[in-house]
Amino acid sequence: MRTVRRAGDGGLLVETAGLDDAHRLHRALRAAAFPGVTDIVPGERTVLLVAEPDVCDLDRLASRVAALEAGAAEAEDAPPVEIPVRYDGEDLGEVAELAGLSVREVVERHAAAEYSVAYLGFSPGFGYLTGLDAALRVPRRASPRTSVPTGSVAIAGSYTAVYPSPSPGGWRLLGRTDLTMWDVRRDPPSLLRPGLRVRFVPERSR
Amino acid sequence: MIEVVRPGPLATVQDLGRPGYAHLGVPRSGAADAPSLRLANRLVGNPEGAAGIEFTLGGAVLRFRSPAWISVTGAPLDVRLDGRPHGMNAPVHVPEGGVLHLGAPTRGLRSYLAVRGGLTCEKTLGSRSTDLLSRLGPPPLAPGTRLTFGGTDAPMAVDHAPVPVLPDAPVLRVVPGPRDDWFAPDALSVLTSAPYTVTPTGNRVGVRLEGPALVRAREGELASEGMVTGALQVPPNGNPILFLTDHPTTGGYPVLAVVRTHDLPLAAQLRPGVTVRFRLS
Repeated sequence: MRTVRRAGDGGLLVETAGLDDAHRLHRALRAAAFPGVTDIVPGERTVLLVAEPDVCDLDRLASRVAALEAGAAEAEDAPPVEIPVRYDGEDLGEVAELAGLSVREVVERHAAAEYSVAYLGFSPGFGYLTGLDAALRVPRRASPRTSVPTGSVAIAGSYTAVYPSPSPGGWRLLGRTDLTMWDVRRDPPSLLRPGLRVRFVPERSR
Repeated sequence: MIEVVRPGPLATVQDLGRPGYAHLGVPRSGAADAPSLRLANRLVGNPEGAAGIEFTLGGAVLRFRSPAWISVTGAPLDVRLDGRPHGMNAPVHVPEGGVLHLGAPTRGLRSYLAVRGGLTCEKTLGSRSTDLLSRLGPPPLAPGTRLTFGGTDAPMAVDHAPVPVLPDAPVLRVVPGPRDDWFAPDALSVLTSAPYTVTPTGNRVGVRLEGPALVRAREGELASEGMVTGALQVPPNGNPILFLTDHPTTGGYPVLAVVRTHDLPLAAQLRPGVTVRFRLS
């Protein structure tokens, strides 16, 4: 049985064994389509269910969720999304210095890994991608930029991400993509979704 | 058509928001005090989820280029149409060319205006709400903004709706958790024993509170997890932030307790400088 915590009178926070389990449970909960549930939000080691308390008996929902078999849910089977990148970011040199690598090695390592969308947050369509080469784990900038342009490919800590819209940001910029990560007129509006696999492809080598 | 002469400190278009997109990083948004918007809509015969205007600390002037039925609800303020006072929580007919003045609320923070037929600006992801965190929906109202509204044949059945007076000393009921185990054993009793002051830096994302520090028992960072409206998220300084409707969908600070859904409208009416108490329930 899973640990299910209360997040108020309209939310349940379900503990998972880790990220893969969170994604499996996320898919299983979407498939289960429990009535009264308006949002299902995976985190790094949790899945949050947001329900309408006037419509939904939270105790009953909690016991159904605790007993849900997510182990059998299929793994994400969509092919990886390929994101073409011009590796000309402002922070490439600084990252290379921090990592003790050459700029070329930074680019090679960033483009060699296969990533997975851990969860989205910060801004619409902003996916936190896991799978970053351990050598590229550098802290955020000491002072964030007031505006990071759309399509910026960046790293911070154990994550890499693409800024889907212009916003302030403290991540280190490695490059840019022209791919549209977020478009409210598209269905779904976000190119990324939790659990999706992602690869970065250097533009010159395409 | 409504022309904004003056929007006051902050005025936005709001309906009941855009649920269902939180896993893509999109806050629910929508009227912070949803029951007040619902009431305003009922008073003019609209569906409860029609788009209206959310005013923050009133202070607005609107010119009606076409006749309309309107209602004003939420934080109590002086409503004047062409200089004549009108009551809140009741439908008011505005003639073509009518100018509506909203004063400053005597208590509370957010007032709502519904117009019969509902505002008809473009929807984004199924909602007309302005989300200030994500910059979705129409921009905040500015002098010169023009707002169109629709029509309806639905009857206007209510003349006046009695509403409870906003309390001088609001008490919000909270449910412990989900991360109360990250805090010192007395954190919940600290939270519920002393008043917290509302700081001036709050917005639709959250209310920042100052009071006795809520001390953590655990070091380190919480793995980012989904956040709910009403969450009392506690950053390392120990002062809680009460998440309102434009709150980020995920966060990495532990949540000590969550305000009950039925008390969220009260939370949305907390104005800077007032004190608020929390009670376990």
